[in-house]
Amino acid sequence: MATDTSVVAPKAISMADYKGRVDPDWCPGCGDFGVLAAVQKALVELQIPKHEVATISGIGCSSNFPGFIETYGMHTLHGRALPVATGMKLANHAMTVLVTGGDGDGFGIGCGHFVHAMRRNVDLTYIVMDNQIYGLTTGQTSPTSRIGMKTKSMPYGNIESPLSPVALALAAGATFVARGFSGDQKHLTELLKRGIEHKGFSFIDVFSPCVTYNHDNTFQWFRPRVKKLEDNPDYDASDWNVAMEKSVIWGEEIPIGKFFERTDLPTLHGAEPVLSAGPLVHQNNRIPADVAKTFIEELM
Amino acid sequence: MSQSFAVGIGGAAGQGVATPGDIFAKIFSRRGLHLNAYNAYQSIIRGGHTFLTVRTGPQKISNTGDHLDLLIPLNQDTMDRHLRLLTAGGACLYNADLIQPGAPAAGVQLCPMPVSNMADITRNKVGQNTLAIGAALSMMGVGFPALESVLVEQFRKKEQAVIDENVSLARAGYDYATQNFKPFAWALPMTEARYAVLSGNAAMAMGGAAAGVKFYSAYPMSPATGVLHWMAAHARKAEIMVRQVEDEIGVVTMAIGAAHAGVRAMCATSGGGFALMSEGMGLSAQAEIPIVVIDCQRAGPSTGVPTKTEQGDLWQMLGAGFGDYPKVIAAPLDIADCFKLIPEIFNITDRFQCPGIVLCDLLLSEGRLSVDPKELDFAPVIDRGEMITSNGSGDHEPYKRYKITESGVSPRAIPGLPGYTHVVSSDEHDEDGVLISDEYTNAGKRRAMMEKRMRKVDGIAASVPPPELYGPANADVTLIGWGSTYGVIEEACELLREAGISANYLIVRWLVPLHGDAIVDMLRDARHTIIVENNFSGQFARYLRSETSFVPDGNIRKYDGEPFAPHHIVEAVKEQLAGKTKLSVPVHEIMV
Repeated sequence: MATDTSVVAPKAISMADYKGRVDPDWCPGCGDFGVLAAVQKALVELQIPKHEVATISGIGCSSNFPGFIETYGMHTLHGRALPVATGMKLANHAMTVLVTGGDGDGFGIGCGHFVHAMRRNVDLTYIVMDNQIYGLTTGQTSPTSRIGMKTKSMPYGNIESPLSPVALALAAGATFVARGFSGDQKHLTELLKRGIEHKGFSFIDVFSPCVTYNHDNTFQWFRPRVKKLEDNPDYDASDWNVAMEKSVIWGEEIPIGKFFERTDLPTLHGAEPVLSAGPLVHQNNRIPADVAKTFIEELM
Repeated sequence: MSQSFAVGIGGAAGQGVATPGDIFAKIFSRRGLHLNAYNAYQSIIRGGHTFLTVRTGPQKISNTGDHLDLLIPLNQDTMDRHLRLLTAGGACLYNADLIQPGAPAAGVQLCPMPVSNMADITRNKVGQNTLAIGAALSMMGVGFPALESVLVEQFRKKEQAVIDENVSLARAGYDYATQNFKPFAWALPMTEARYAVLSGNAAMAMGGAAAGVKFYSAYPMSPATGVLHWMAAHARKAEIMVRQVEDEIGVVTMAIGAAHAGVRAMCATSGGGFALMSEGMGLSAQAEIPIVVIDCQRAGPSTGVPTKTEQGDLWQMLGAGFGDYPKVIAAPLDIADCFKLIPEIFNITDRFQCPGIVLCDLLLSEGRLSVDPKELDFAPVIDRGEMITSNGSGDHEPYKRYKITESGVSPRAIPGLPGYTHVVSSDEHDEDGVLISDEYTNAGKRRAMMEKRMRKVDGIAASVPPPELYGPANADVTLIGWGSTYGVIEEACELLREAGISANYLIVRWLVPLHGDAIVDMLRDARHTIIVENNFSGQFARYLRSETSFVPDGNIRKYDGEPFAPHHIVEAVKEQLAGKTKLSVPVHEIMV
């Protein structure tokens, strides 16, 4: 179907364009505010019109994100944002598709989709607001909660090892892997811009502290620990082995920044010949009579 | 009763039952004959027992029938199990080197082939099959050139030596039968008609292509995998995006993502996969993003009997997902209908922005039927419903994705359009897509939005026709069925009439919404009503009762994995009319 865009006068895109219809209802001080602002800033700095952006989420505090930014938003099912976004991207690859959610949504219930979206190199930007806790269900252990952390679901302390989202992304073949911190807006905005510009699956794990239920991994806890990979001029983000080594460093020092990027692999939509004629949604939906005839003749 | 001829071929999986089946089907359809084929098989790749029945005749063949005219057992096991299906005038063609004949019914010709004297097949493990095909066609009165051309086509991708070997084997069998066996009394007729032969799965896939499906996603699951195979093989020519996804949750949600972007999206699965899709059905309904899901039923529960048929998923479909929401459920009546139903259901799901379910089953999915190519209409009506695909002048009221309307349908703006950004949501939301829980949970808004969505139900009901009652009025018995039992019920009614019992039948295609009042009206004067279905608990009988309070005089149910044969229904009707029982569960006489 044809999309007529001729009547839209070119005008610089500003933060006001991306302001959502309602203000976020996150707890005061929540890390997600910083992520929202950084995403809006990145889109403005890249001058992407809001109608060309889809923001797709699962369920949870951070998954309410699409309601707080003015784009084509989708608030889907718990853990299912990535397949929905994959379908959206494949049906209209002209859209910039962002996927937003939390650690429970992405690494717990949605972990299967997370791995497969990465190996497919779908051209999505997946932003996980990782707070190491389930927030909207009022404080249970998440797949990134540290061992020993006491929550309502593990009141005597967590006995299960947390997974490393960055290591998992590297292992699954993500072509852009980064980690940001909600407390460092400027750095996060840059990471988001690079991730959105990256052709392929970009994964950005963002420390986005929960001020209500996680008293271990607070802004104060993260701030002295996070160390930017970019501060080391010798860090080579094209070296997967080095990225893997860095991904498991956790303690007094926690690396943030762009761990890894490769640009030599085709995206899923780029590898699919059916899309060479342009976005699926703009293609003809009728089977030409001569083609239909061959389908029937095969059966005769 | 129109004339027909049924061939049965059986052996272990891997013995090559499928190829002779394909060859017979091609020869029959090219003679202008109708056919209906069904393969009884098991979930193993090598070994076990596979039995293919192909029934042909000049008129429409609605099922594979009660008996065989020709049996080709490829192993002893098949001889032992199936010989009794041959009736007078029939014949059994077998490799006399390997197989001991059983005791056939009177008038059945045993046709032993001394295979080792006829040809050297030591290096061709399916050589005996080709000999038998040749012999069979001689006995049916089919000229050899018809077989030769089909063999050349069948093996066209192989080297010339393979083609030559098969043609000469077929010739040897053909000539041997001409000299040694009695031809069938009924020589296979020929008509001017030409039919396409296809499975229900291919029909549904092609129906999707005709309906304008641009996105198809699936996870392999018997008996739905054939839809994926057709789609994958034809994706590039049909320009359809086909994706194999990690699980059925991903399948349905990926289809929803594509549908939201503005294309028609479809997926197919069986009961187990559908269970994983349930939450997605709710998302489709709540976010008002139309999709069509095909459920090819197999015998459940759980993994059940993966290669056997059943109509046991009805209540899963009725209850799929939680909460109340509008949906459409339809069951195709035969393989031609598998094609036709897809564009029809898409027009409804698009107009009413809700999920649609095609409730098929293994019998249709994997069975094969001759269909007049004219019935495979690749230019059906496509009604995408109220969609905003252009921003026109650019001036419009602030867009409300879920605008409250009388019909319950709110025009759907396609992502990518300037001026229509909005949020679609699985959470309850206001007219503009804002989650009501993001402001304050508002009882009035919740109620208004619930009523808006549910108003679509009336529109859907007005868009689908009530079922029809076929056959004479004032019949002694009225049989009621749904979906795939249409063909066998139709033939059972003919057999009942021949036995002096007048019978008519009502077959339900649109299950939700159900035209309950129309059904009750049609059944009001029926003398004796019996519901026929392929499940244990009478799922349709219970559904009809819950919707209309209608209770039939009796039920015929089968849940052994095999489809009904006409005589199962005929005998059950007779015992019920004689007052012997109200619930008949026909026994499947042969282990397949």
